[in-house]
Amino acid sequence: MQDLLYFFQQLINGLTIGSTYALIAIGYTMVYGIIGMINFAHGEIYMIGAYTALIAITGLATLGIAWLPLILIVALLCAVIVSSSMGWAVERIAYRPVRGRHRLIPLISAIGMSIFLQNYVHLAQGSRNIGFPALMEGSFRFGSAEGFQLSLSYMQITIFITTLVCMTILSLFISRSRIGRACRAVSQDLGMANLLGIDTNRIISATFVIGAALAAVAGLLLGMYYGSVDPLFGFIAGLKAFTAAVLGGIGSIPGAMLGGLILGVAESMTSGYLSGEYKDVVSFSLLILILLFKPTGLLGKPEVEKI
Amino acid sequence: MATPNLKHALFCAIVTLIIAYPILGLNLVAQGTKVGLEGATTSTVISVVLAAFVVFFFQLFRDSIMGSLGKLPKLNPLSGREPMPQAKRAKLESWVLTAIVVFALFWPFLVSRGSVDLATLVLIYVMLALGLNVVVGLAGLLDLGYVAFYAVGAYTFALLSQYFGFSFWAALPIGACLAALFGLVLGFPVLRLRGDYLAIVTLGFGEIIRILLNNWTAVTGGPNGIGGIPEPTLFGMEFGRRVKEEGNTSFHETFGIAYSGEHKVIFLYLIALVLAVITALVIRRLMRMPVGRAWEALREDEIAARSLGLSRTAVKLSAFTIGAFFAGFAGTVFASKQGFISPESFVFLESAIILAIVVLGGMGSQIGVILAAIAVTILPELAREFADYRMLIFGAAMVLMMVWRPQGLMPMRRIHIELKRQE
Repeated sequence: MQDLLYFFQQLINGLTIGSTYALIAIGYTMVYGIIGMINFAHGEIYMIGAYTALIAITGLATLGIAWLPLILIVALLCAVIVSSSMGWAVERIAYRPVRGRHRLIPLISAIGMSIFLQNYVHLAQGSRNIGFPALMEGSFRFGSAEGFQLSLSYMQITIFITTLVCMTILSLFISRSRIGRACRAVSQDLGMANLLGIDTNRIISATFVIGAALAAVAGLLLGMYYGSVDPLFGFIAGLKAFTAAVLGGIGSIPGAMLGGLILGVAESMTSGYLSGEYKDVVSFSLLILILLFKPTGLLGKPEVEKI
Repeated sequence: MATPNLKHALFCAIVTLIIAYPILGLNLVAQGTKVGLEGATTSTVISVVLAAFVVFFFQLFRDSIMGSLGKLPKLNPLSGREPMPQAKRAKLESWVLTAIVVFALFWPFLVSRGSVDLATLVLIYVMLALGLNVVVGLAGLLDLGYVAFYAVGAYTFALLSQYFGFSFWAALPIGACLAALFGLVLGFPVLRLRGDYLAIVTLGFGEIIRILLNNWTAVTGGPNGIGGIPEPTLFGMEFGRRVKEEGNTSFHETFGIAYSGEHKVIFLYLIALVLAVITALVIRRLMRMPVGRAWEALREDEIAARSLGLSRTAVKLSAFTIGAFFAGFAGTVFASKQGFISPESFVFLESAIILAIVVLGGMGSQIGVILAAIAVTILPELAREFADYRMLIFGAAMVLMMVWRPQGLMPMRRIHIELKRQE
């Protein structure tokens, strides 16, 4: 019984982290699906989202506003607006001019952008990690009082619900809206979509904006969950999310969701049963193994090498 | 002025404000256990607003500005000149390289100890950059975990000297070969991956090595690192004031000169110089050998190269292994120079710096890479007040180079035969 509770606790923790990875992974997967590049700076966009959310929360606290839903909504909006603008600007400055060149050139440009953004925040806000105020405390507890207790915190529930809402909106948007339809068309065949009168530049910008907005939501959620942010916060998370995107099959949105959840659970099982230090090793090894043995991921379509 | 331009310019200016103001203008400060918010200085706010205006006007008059920029090259007197003849160019290049080496040989006797120490670091970066240049510049394989091989070299020497008492000279080939072996073992499975996947896998590998070094406390000392790494000796002569190891003599007593701490620094510098020259010469030779041509052929057109009978795996693997070998070289020198190493010296940022050197110098070009290594290491030391901005500028420079001059500052020119034009 105890063991089972412990297992479920790890499962819950893993799904919590995994669902935020999934939110970040969507940004990678959508961009890759459309223009075939790894947006290396995506982790930094997520980090900036977390910072903006913290700035908004602190600002509201200074103004004396204490109503939790209002704080969360304002913080979310601020984070989404700043991150999406960042995503748009990054695409405009660093990616659009090098689009269509040799594969490595956009990637190096993206690495440069990632270093730039990291240091931009580092210089503006300092390198120390800054604590997020604990806004949501308390949890549901299950199990006997003396033994191991399974806890499901309100924060975790919030993360699940927010992620679920975001995913639903995204799925509806992609399948129903005009821009969503154009996104799908562009990812299938950019040149043809262009011929048929779709403004592909705009659709690519839209992709970056959507990805950045979801990353900002993840930034707020994970910042509150971990309780602190620092300028390097985005690098590892970005790498993990990329792993999630590859795991699920890069280019596929349901794949990113699935990959995020699997990766989160794998990680939390490692830290629960082996050691917390090696959880990063496990996720990177997972990444290497998938790329070696099933580069198309779980739900991806096989890529045909054209000559 | 056309209306779409105005709308676009306004939009861009607003975006500039949105992305700059919250992060730059509102600073989070820790107040005890809580976090407070402080407005930035007026000058920061003014510069943010100014930046928005600049963006606005640039976007508004974008077409005319870009138009006049396009005419600029005509003002450059060098733009119209004929490229230098091949033979002359090759001669000039080897003269310049020789001059640099001769100058570098005598230079440490003229300057202070601190500069020599810095110069040793520059040479280590030169070795690293030349090695990575083979992988990225010549073979076109983006390796983001290059620092892992550097770490393997450094830790090999540190561990061998700690547990088995190996000297620098015994550890140097072992460190380099072990790094090469790591390159071979990692390269074998991953090199069939496509370019960008390869980059991410090598990045993951670099992180794994670092995490293992950090957590395998029993052997590597974990985050505390390994200290007391011996300095190199000259035919059994040590450079310390007292001889540490039995059977060795000390340098100053053998030659009957007064002890000076500078001897050691200069000796280490000279070793680094010799190794860097060896690296440069070996790679220069390799570039002209069939294997070097195969690297470039595969980079330019994989399908064509394969259909001409090149083995993709063998060619890529050789580049990867040779790159790793020189990283191991550099790692051993680094460990010996510092006397202490810890996983903190081998983070991803280090890989990114080395990559930035290769990109700035011009992928594939040796002179360019050497000059870029010197510039990238020395400039932050010269402008110490800008040291904080170093990485910021690196990042920006990498983006700008990719946008405007992806071939680098001094691009490589292949030796080729030109056909005479028919009269």
